[in-house]
Amino acid sequence: MARVTSLVVNGVTRQLDADTQSSLLSVLREQLDLTGTKYGCGEGQCGACTVLIDGKPHRSCITPTGDAEGKIITTIEGLAKEGRLHPLQEAFLFEEAMQCAYCTSGMIMSAVGLLQTDPSPSETKIKDALEGNICRCGTHPRIVAAVQRAARSMKGGAH
Amino acid sequence: MNEQQNISPAIEPERYEFRGARAYIFDLTRRDLFKFLGAGALILCTNAKTSAFQESGRSQSQTNDLPKDISAWLHIGENGEVSVFTGKVEVGQNIRTSLTQAVAEELRMQTSQIRVVMGDTLLTPFDMGTFGSRTTPTMNLQLRKAAAAAREMLKDLAAQSWNVPREHVVAGDGKISDALSKNSATYGALLKGRELARLIPDQDPLLPATEWKVSGKPLPKVDGRAFVTGAHKYPSDQKRPGMLYGKVVRPSKFETKLVFADLSAAEKMSGVIVVRDGDFIGVAAPSDELASHAAATIKTDWTAAPQPSSKTVFDYLRNNLEARESYNSSSKISAPANALSATYTVAYISHAPLEPRAALAEWDGDKLTVWTGTQRPFGVREELASVFRISLENVRVLMPDTGSAYGGKHTGESAIEAARLARAAKKPVKVVWTRKEEFTWAYFRPAGVIDVRATVGAGGQLEYWEFTNFNSGGSGLNTPYAAEVRNEQFQPTKYPLRQGSYRGLAATANHFARESFMDELAHQAKLDPLEFRLRNLRDERLKAVFEAAAKKFGWPGNKKSSGRGFGIAGGVEKGGYIATCAEIAVERATGAVRVVRIVSAFECGAIVNPEGLRNQVEGSNIMGLGGALFEAIEFEDGRILNAAFSKYRVPRFQDVPQIEIVLIDRKDLPSAGAGETPIVGIAPAIGNAIFDATGTRLRSLPMVPNGLRIS
Repeated sequence: MARVTSLVVNGVTRQLDADTQSSLLSVLREQLDLTGTKYGCGEGQCGACTVLIDGKPHRSCITPTGDAEGKIITTIEGLAKEGRLHPLQEAFLFEEAMQCAYCTSGMIMSAVGLLQTDPSPSETKIKDALEGNICRCGTHPRIVAAVQRAARSMKGGAH
Repeated sequence: MNEQQNISPAIEPERYEFRGARAYIFDLTRRDLFKFLGAGALILCTNAKTSAFQESGRSQSQTNDLPKDISAWLHIGENGEVSVFTGKVEVGQNIRTSLTQAVAEELRMQTSQIRVVMGDTLLTPFDMGTFGSRTTPTMNLQLRKAAAAAREMLKDLAAQSWNVPREHVVAGDGKISDALSKNSATYGALLKGRELARLIPDQDPLLPATEWKVSGKPLPKVDGRAFVTGAHKYPSDQKRPGMLYGKVVRPSKFETKLVFADLSAAEKMSGVIVVRDGDFIGVAAPSDELASHAAATIKTDWTAAPQPSSKTVFDYLRNNLEARESYNSSSKISAPANALSATYTVAYISHAPLEPRAALAEWDGDKLTVWTGTQRPFGVREELASVFRISLENVRVLMPDTGSAYGGKHTGESAIEAARLARAAKKPVKVVWTRKEEFTWAYFRPAGVIDVRATVGAGGQLEYWEFTNFNSGGSGLNTPYAAEVRNEQFQPTKYPLRQGSYRGLAATANHFARESFMDELAHQAKLDPLEFRLRNLRDERLKAVFEAAAKKFGWPGNKKSSGRGFGIAGGVEKGGYIATCAEIAVERATGAVRVVRIVSAFECGAIVNPEGLRNQVEGSNIMGLGGALFEAIEFEDGRILNAAFSKYRVPRFQDVPQIEIVLIDRKDLPSAGAGETPIVGIAPAIGNAIFDATGTRLRSLPMVPNGLRIS
């Protein structure tokens, strides 16, 4: 069977050995030790496994690793630059937009994708964009507030 | 201020313990002779702290008594770092932060130098479990006492070593100082790594809430950065060298016995370990994918027996009463002929924690270490010791901060499964349940049937009150309203699904029935629902939250358009007082019910962390909204029919209304827990609002799984 032997993740080419059909989620977590990306449902319904592929949010649990080959993959571990948190990470902390925080990586990655296409989304747009991400603890209003805060801060030229 | 409350950990355990048959009975001795290679990695922690415990004989006792020595709870290193030890666990309720605040307060130091070790059966004192909203009223107080005792001991040490009067030395900013002699030393320098070898006195000078400087403030989550960067290792993220991934072959349905298994294809697969022990069949392999593939090749056949369905569950409960003792407070007077009566029901629902059950198990000889997400690490340790027939001392359970639980992780299924596979594989094995497994093989919030009957006098006062809960439980059973005659009873029944605790336990079901029925009675008596409640309330704290919520909400609401409705509900449970107002909109054409606005007022004594508390009250409302409107487990003949997030609807962003929270800070009262009680108000508040909008009384949770049928 066809194999994938390297992936570009968080700006680094990583060696690995995976079937092209293996889920990107399992490869990130098992082979590359990038466990910030979470398993939540395995059917693309909860968003906990969201990563960026060429800048767009994808559910890594239903993404065959072969599809990500040669593309630029960003996970939650790759957002902070030189120890400096991404504005969305800062905003999630500021708004306390988490309880158990198991959904947080997926929420942040989905929101990064949103702000790249719409730098100042309305509340409705934010809710639409995150509708596929489940938070069981019920921090939704805080997550919306965090995305709004990050949008303001990014427009201010911080990033 | 009454701080000297009883802090015994034995808090009605029978209401929280999962009741059910043991998941596995292994035939270990015959099938697996424990021939360990002996070369496995030594993983039992032998760091200085553990050794110090063991050498000084201060390892935690196996009894349920809280240890009285400071050193069981606190250790101050030479570098000044304070380690705090508690058997409580963090599942998102933010106690790692609130407990840090408690210790910082009494030790008069910065929170940044405090590290809380939680839920490690080797290092922390015994704890029954993290449930029942007990952490704040018991553990917060216990740690404050330990920290206060440590502070006083440090003052003694300083006064002696400087030879100055004891009353002159003060603690502050992590140091003991004496203004006259100008001596000053950090805690670390004073102790030089020694243990805090002193008993915690019964009476400690705890700082009253009115003088709190660290507690009572909105300290952000102490390890928040680890969560937003993905660095935190949840149970499912744990890894050990040489670790295999485990999968369990599940029965085709509940209540079955294995009659046939063909393991041959899996056994031929390279690198795959296959275990069959009794009805347990599992595999372990170097990757999760290979383990899943191997498990899928195993052919099994199971016995079949007909089982009840969610369509007939309420009849089943009513027709299968258990003789087991029930809680009741019954008078001898029975219902008057003119009593209003109604029956309410609640469906089985799933906790659906976003992180499913997960465990990593590693053996070293007959010593077992398991990292797992559980609310009862000491309970899981007992399960493991019992299942594997080893002593408690040989089992260590560690609970990394976990991806939520909501009462749904009291048990150790994945821990047992991982340990069984690891034993056979002679390597560490991790088992992470799939979402389907979590929806199927975990346990559920019980379904229930509640009969209510009551009469109201001419002056709007409750006269007769009768309330019977079948199966769902006794929590929140007793009415806070002053009825002249009360007959209240919890009637256990046989039940068709594995069931256990859930956030708020049966208080959600009981409040739904009671607060909806109070609304029915108010309408019958032609009284405003809030006014009717206030007339029948003697409890000033409950009155206060009702009034606060109503004020903020603008009760009785202003109907701007048809299809809008307003409802109110509340109650008291586990020391917390909640009142919730809801505004809903019904779309006539489709029957869709949208919750527009929620206002909750909550009071739980002195507030320890207002932002954390606000987060809990918001979250309780949102979680409660799912059970109120659309969450329900569908089952038939021993199978769950909607075991996936695509089929089981949980609240999502577009379901979430505007939420406003009023917190009442009673610094004159001891702090109670807050993770559960705020969930009880929303379902009846929404139901009452739907009645207000449409005249339709919905008496079954979930109320509108498929929209409202408007007649």
